[in-house]
Amino acid sequence: MSTTPVNTPTIVLVGHGMVGQRFLEALAEQGTTATSRVVVLCEEPRPAYDRVKLTSYFDGKTPDDLSMVEDGFMERHGIELYVDDPAVSVDRAARQVTSRSGRTFTYDALVLATGSYPFVPPVPGKDAHGCFVYRTIEDLLAIEEFAKTSRTGAVVGGGLLGLEAAGALKGLGLETHIVEFAPRLMPVQVDEGGGAALLRTIEDMGLVVHTGTGTQEVVTADGSVTAMRLSDGTELATDMVVFSAGVRPRDQLARDCGLDVGERGGIAVDELCRTSDPAVYAIGECALAADGRVYGLVAPGYEMAQTAAAAIAEQEAKEFTGADLSTKLKLLGVDVASFGDAHGAAEGSLDVVYSDSRSGIYKKLVVDAQGVLLGGVLVGDADAYGMLRPLTGTVPPVAPEQLVLPAGAGAPVALGPSALPDDAVICSCHNVTKHAITQCTSLPEVKKCTKAGTGCGSCVKLIGQLLPAPADSGLCACFSYTRSELYEIIRTLRLTSFAELLDSHGREAARGGDGCEICKPTVASILASLQSGYILDGEQAALQDTNDHFLANMQRNGSYSVVPRIPGGEVTPEKLIVIGEVARDFGLYTKITGGQRIDLFGARVDQLPAIWTRLVDAGFESGHAYGKSLRTVKSCVGQTWCRYGVQDSVKMAIQLELRYRGLRSPHKLKSAVSGCARECAEAQSKDFGVIATASGWNLYVGGNGGATPRHADLLAQDLSDAELVRLIDRFLMFYIRTADRLERTSVWLERLEGGLEHLRDVVVHNSLGLCDELEAMMAAHVDAYEDEWAATLDDPDRLRRFVSFVNAPDTPDPSVRFVPERDQIKPDLTPLTLSPSAPALEGTLAR
Amino acid sequence: MTPQTLRPTAARPTLQLAHADDAWLTVCEESRLTPGRGMAALLPDGRQAALFLDRKGRAYAIDNRDPFTGAQVLARGLLGTADGRPFVASPLLKQRFDLETGRCLDDEEVAVAVYPVRTVQED
Ligand code: SRM
Ligand SMILES: Cc1cc2nc3c(=O)[nH]c(=O)nc-3n(C[C@H](O)[C@H](O)[C@H](O)COP(=O)(O)OP(=O)(O)OC[C@H]3O[C@@H](n4cnc5c(N)ncnc54)[C@H](O)[C@@H]3O)c2cc1C
Ligand code: SF4
Ligand code: FES
Repeated sequence: MSTTPVNTPTIVLVGHGMVGQRFLEALAEQGTTATSRVVVLCEEPRPAYDRVKLTSYFDGKTPDDLSMVEDGFMERHGIELYVDDPAVSVDRAARQVTSRSGRTFTYDALVLATGSYPFVPPVPGKDAHGCFVYRTIEDLLAIEEFAKTSRTGAVVGGGLLGLEAAGALKGLGLETHIVEFAPRLMPVQVDEGGGAALLRTIEDMGLVVHTGTGTQEVVTADGSVTAMRLSDGTELATDMVVFSAGVRPRDQLARDCGLDVGERGGIAVDELCRTSDPAVYAIGECALAADGRVYGLVAPGYEMAQTAAAAIAEQEAKEFTGADLSTKLKLLGVDVASFGDAHGAAEGSLDVVYSDSRSGIYKKLVVDAQGVLLGGVLVGDADAYGMLRPLTGTVPPVAPEQLVLPAGAGAPVALGPSALPDDAVICSCHNVTKHAITQCTSLPEVKKCTKAGTGCGSCVKLIGQLLPAPADSGLCACFSYTRSELYEIIRTLRLTSFAELLDSHGREAARGGDGCEICKPTVASILASLQSGYILDGEQAALQDTNDHFLANMQRNGSYSVVPRIPGGEVTPEKLIVIGEVARDFGLYTKITGGQRIDLFGARVDQLPAIWTRLVDAGFESGHAYGKSLRTVKSCVGQTWCRYGVQDSVKMAIQLELRYRGLRSPHKLKSAVSGCARECAEAQSKDFGVIATASGWNLYVGGNGGATPRHADLLAQDLSDAELVRLIDRFLMFYIRTADRLERTSVWLERLEGGLEHLRDVVVHNSLGLCDELEAMMAAHVDAYEDEWAATLDDPDRLRRFVSFVNAPDTPDPSVRFVPERDQIKPDLTPLTLSPSAPALEGTLAR
Repeated sequence: MTPQTLRPTAARPTLQLAHADDAWLTVCEESRLTPGRGMAALLPDGRQAALFLDRKGRAYAIDNRDPFTGAQVLARGLLGTADGRPFVASPLLKQRFDLETGRCLDDEEVAVAVYPVRTVQED
């Protein structure tokens, strides 16, 4: 089988789960992939994915989203991956592994990362139609399908996984029961008090919990589940059963080839993760670590992966002698954390407990007689976890009760991260200490050098607090000025070119150069806001991001989306038909956006002019979905039709959208107009939002949806139409003038010294005497507006850039392909994963 | 594409790139490129090159395929200068590639192929 030169060692990995993938990354990082042949046998039909986040599939994550393998990783490192082809036997004497399809590989090192299988108690009926386990994406797909025709579901097991499974069933709309043998939920992680707090919260969500009782039998009729009989005699009618009663290490392959396994399972390994045969390693959940434990969490598995990778390459390996079992989870929306000696097992340990069963909060710290923090349990409010876990093993700088009391009770203490000792572990996924983090100066650097923050992400906030605030507030490596300073420089010196600005005001080393991907679009935006007019000619053409350059949004496969403006969301049937016809004729994927308009996806760059010719002819204009500029002004139907409406919200929304369309700004701008205080247009989540009152309009500013939502602030009340428009003019121009790059109005308003009061002084009370100027600038914008797409289509020179290839203008890009999905198209990603016809390792540096 | 019987009045700078060992492929007139931006070119073997002109008028060519996403888009990225060296930032996830060596500036394990380019006076 082997085609590589005889002296290239072969490493075979069996199992491509979370730990297996981490192992491959470790090999790549330490350079072993360049010197060895690496073969992976993967049982599942897809490469490694994030099992920890499995349940997020039910929140809309696709299997692709869950993938843990970066695009092109295997190709870049020349790793051979065989999916859907598990190892079936190992011949240790010949050092050969055989796969189900009959492939054999001779190994120099064999690594078993086979994980666990769900334990299903041997009760009658356990294999009936309607019984499931909860471990793989395939399991979830099957559960989802079956749930469509079910009303009730029961989960066997009230541990971490059981609660996740129960949450999923509940989310699928089933009446959900949890059956747990132990007297409380999550018996491994939390103590009795914590279990009680958890129980209350979970029952409040409408789940039915049965603790202290086992499952005796799955009752069936015609081979399908109908009920579950519990050990206390109750019969629980149910359509489906999900077993989540713990996991067992998958050690069969190891047993079959005579490797040592533990009494209760698990492949026995030493501190370097070597099994009883030194050429064979075992890592992750299948391994019985040197400390005699099998770890069912991913973080210890990652440590083992690092250890084994280093040991195989004969590099200095950090011995794996055991790991911390601390966890912080959000189960069914409840924070649960436990760390260190959570159950107070150490002799002479003492408790400090705070419990509030009304709000489902329970916190316990375990300390010893000298005040050393040994561990703890937090349920309902686990904010302190990030601080407490690294303090474990030390005497905390403040009294323990201070650490568990809620804010407002007694004197709350906010312990700063500076209080942490240097060896405190900040990222438990990758076992990174405070010391290692403080060697770095930025989050990207931390992630790159230590991997901290790249696992579950729960430590990122703490990492941020440990890093120095950036000393240089300059825009980028080319300019030491901020965006708003550059704006003033360009405005007062009346500069019109980027090159001129860079050569006169850039950092010394950047002068004469080409700028960078940060300052070019920023300056392009400033030039556009100051001088209006067509933004894509001459030097400005070279400054715009690709989206602005092609007046469309680039998608993941290099195709573009097309968004015609539909002011206020109002559209005639004729125009709708045109959109439908264009989409049909060009085969575009069509979707209603969250912004009350229609997005057409999948256009090749060379198709854009033809598509827009049709749209412009029908009276459409660019929707600027690509620009840092006004997106949509959403509207509710308002007074014209709605029985509650007090003003014509649609008319106002259209007026505002037409006024501010095309306005270039530091970030995108969104707006909405509601016809009454019921607020159907969600105006209070917009950069500027307008809500009708009986006598006019209220103007709200600084709202934001997105990742950090912010409710807008009321700037002024009961404005007339003209007053409203004038105030928005001033507000927008003041923002454009003073905001930083990519700073939405929400962030800008938070940062503005004096906040809302100051803003009101400037734009309502004219405290800086700027208002006339701001209004004049907006008037200039409105006068100079022209539709960018119409202007582009009118000019053959401007159209020349819309080709896939400069030397073959009539050839479409063959890498942009689509496959069908739900009666439309979606990008075909396969041509993208293949390297071009070039040598197999195109894209990899020879080491 | 290549002038055959036509006799233009003046010589025009034209870009050529070497994609195989010895063959120079004539791609386009230099004036088709905007300084600071790129254009893609289709090579005879089906690969794609991303051709750029910097502010000083120097031409560069690298493979057009963005190794992070697999999409053929590097020609549509923004050109810039970092520590005195020219780079292009991928329009998708913004990783930067040195135009002279093809090395990715944000991930030292990744690089793209570089093609030699030259400007000739076609007449
Ligand atoms: C198409 C659309 C999703 C949809 O199918 O509905 C969409 C798609 C994108 N959104 Fe959005 N957003 C869309 C409505 C929204 C909304 C809802 C709304 O506008 O009412 C929000 C929350 C409201 C808000 O912005 O405050 C929204 C919050 C974001 C954010 C986060 C902004 C923030 O301040 O946190 C980003 C990222 C960014 O801009 O940096 C983003 C970025 C994007 C980008 C540009 C991501 C990208 O760079 O590729 C997507 C480009 C789409 C394209 O190629 O056409 N999108 N996005 C929606 C287009 C609306 C439209 O007609 O223009
Ligand atoms: C729903 C859920 C939630 C979880 N939440 C958390 C959490 O919040 N925190 C946490 O730390 N952990 C959590 N875990 C546990 C975590 O997922 C595991 O610790 C981790 O996946 C172990 O990694 P592994 O690579 O050892 O095993 P796995 O990820 O299970 O990978 C093993 C792989 O090996 C394959 N395999 C087995 N035998 C063979 C063979 N003979 N040939 C080829 N391939 C084979 C299997 O099919 C599997 O793909 C959760 C698990 C589940 C199911
Ligand atoms: S916001 Fe008021 S006027 Fe507009 S649709 Fe809702 S209820 Fe009607
Ligand atoms: S603790 Fe999970 S990424 Fe750091």
